[in-house]
Amino acid sequence: MSNPQQLRYSKEHEWLSGAEDGVSTVGITEHAANALGDVVFVQLPEVGDAVTAGETCGELESTKSVSDLYSPVSGEITEVNEDVVNDPSLVNSAPFEGGWLFKVRITDEPADLLSADEYTAFAGA
Amino acid sequence: MSSNEPRRTALDATHRALGATMTDFAGWDMPLRYGSEREEHVAVRTRAGLFDLSHMGEITVTGPQAAALLDFALVGNIGGVKPGRARYTMICREDGGILDDLIVYRLADTDAGSAHYMVVANASNAQVVLDALTARAAGFDAEVRDDRDAYALLAVQGPQSPGILKGLTDADLDGLKYYAGLPGTVAGVPALIARTGYTGEDGFELFVKPEHAVELWQALTRAGEGVGLVPCGLSCRDTLRLEAGMPLYGNELSTALTPFDAGLGRVVKFEKEGDFVGRAALAEAAERAASEPPRVLVGLVAEGRRVPRAGYPVVAGGEVIGEVTSGAPSPTLGKPIAMAYVDPAHAAEGTEGVGVDIRGSHEPYQVVALPFYRRQK
Repeated sequence: MSNPQQLRYSKEHEWLSGAEDGVSTVGITEHAANALGDVVFVQLPEVGDAVTAGETCGELESTKSVSDLYSPVSGEITEVNEDVVNDPSLVNSAPFEGGWLFKVRITDEPADLLSADEYTAFAGA
Repeated sequence: MSSNEPRRTALDATHRALGATMTDFAGWDMPLRYGSEREEHVAVRTRAGLFDLSHMGEITVTGPQAAALLDFALVGNIGGVKPGRARYTMICREDGGILDDLIVYRLADTDAGSAHYMVVANASNAQVVLDALTARAAGFDAEVRDDRDAYALLAVQGPQSPGILKGLTDADLDGLKYYAGLPGTVAGVPALIARTGYTGEDGFELFVKPEHAVELWQALTRAGEGVGLVPCGLSCRDTLRLEAGMPLYGNELSTALTPFDAGLGRVVKFEKEGDFVGRAALAEAAERAASEPPRVLVGLVAEGRRVPRAGYPVVAGGEVIGEVTSGAPSPTLGKPIAMAYVDPAHAAEGTEGVGVDIRGSHEPYQVVALPFYRRQK
């Protein structure tokens, strides 16, 4: 598995796209999706919600467990992926593409986001 | 090897080569899943799945008084089991608490007047069961032998499993009934072939020597290729048994419960001859269950999509009326399901207003009779 070079990553296994007009897309990595197993339920923040870097903003439920979803940055939610709410298996089948979770207008981002190579070394994957 | 080091089955390298996600299970490093656990589940329901269950604990009991020992040590009527048949039963403490649920296979008699049984315990309880049987054997002319390392256990489960196995053995599979076992040769490997499983499907469990496990796994894989057999991990085994309404020790069964509390009083055979461990306490438990019904094990089906987990409270009218023992998304029903112990007043199928407290939010659930899934025969 490879982590796309153009993305940045959090240590909670989220990815963050480069900003377009100040808005970035967030999802979980393939490594995280594989560790969870089949995702069966996704609870996302709502459009307009304020999220804070490193704090929970939703949850991901798999066959075996439930995991908190963290926002990698602070900002305001501008869009959530309704497709993934209706078909949570997209998180497993296309974590970096169709399985994206939400878009956020960034107001602040932590200094410790990782590059693809750094994340690959961190996750051991 | 340190005691913290996980035990590995004879198929360990095979699982790794298949890319399995491994998990610790009762001190064993076992395959959790190879790919998608949901696809593995569906394969067993519709085609066939291949499992490594070598963590299960085999204990051999032989001797002229083997049957008398098992009738004393277990709650079932083992003396009534004929050679080649198997029985689901339990081993209880003196106070009636369940130590484990077991399958006892009666094999062919070793010699005249000496019976031969294989007791299969859950991995997590194998040592406890071995110790209890050994202690209870005092005074009986019978031998209790730890055979955990003598067997690997492979299971082929699903509607295609008879077809897959028939190509590999001359054994009379058509004559082999559910809960029966016979010695035979599968793919050239000597095996005890049992028609048992823990999935709610037709299927077979094959007890073989560990040194034959890889060869047999590969032969079964090849034989099943054309009909969609896939390797399956413990994750789908859990959702399969949950849909089939089968209890899991540690979830639905524990030392805090008697078989009567678990709705499984039928496994206790008071009519058998002689005393057995737990008889007095179990007789009391049976009376208590009749006069003041305990909580009832029921099925719950979600109306929403959030998944109940073991330990979550079951609620009705703002009161806690029970507790979830197992929960998972059901691939067959397409909804989350759970088993739960609930107060008798709320246990009837179709009881209104029952919910599960899922991390603070009360989600509506429908009360149903178990099992959730029954195969069409």
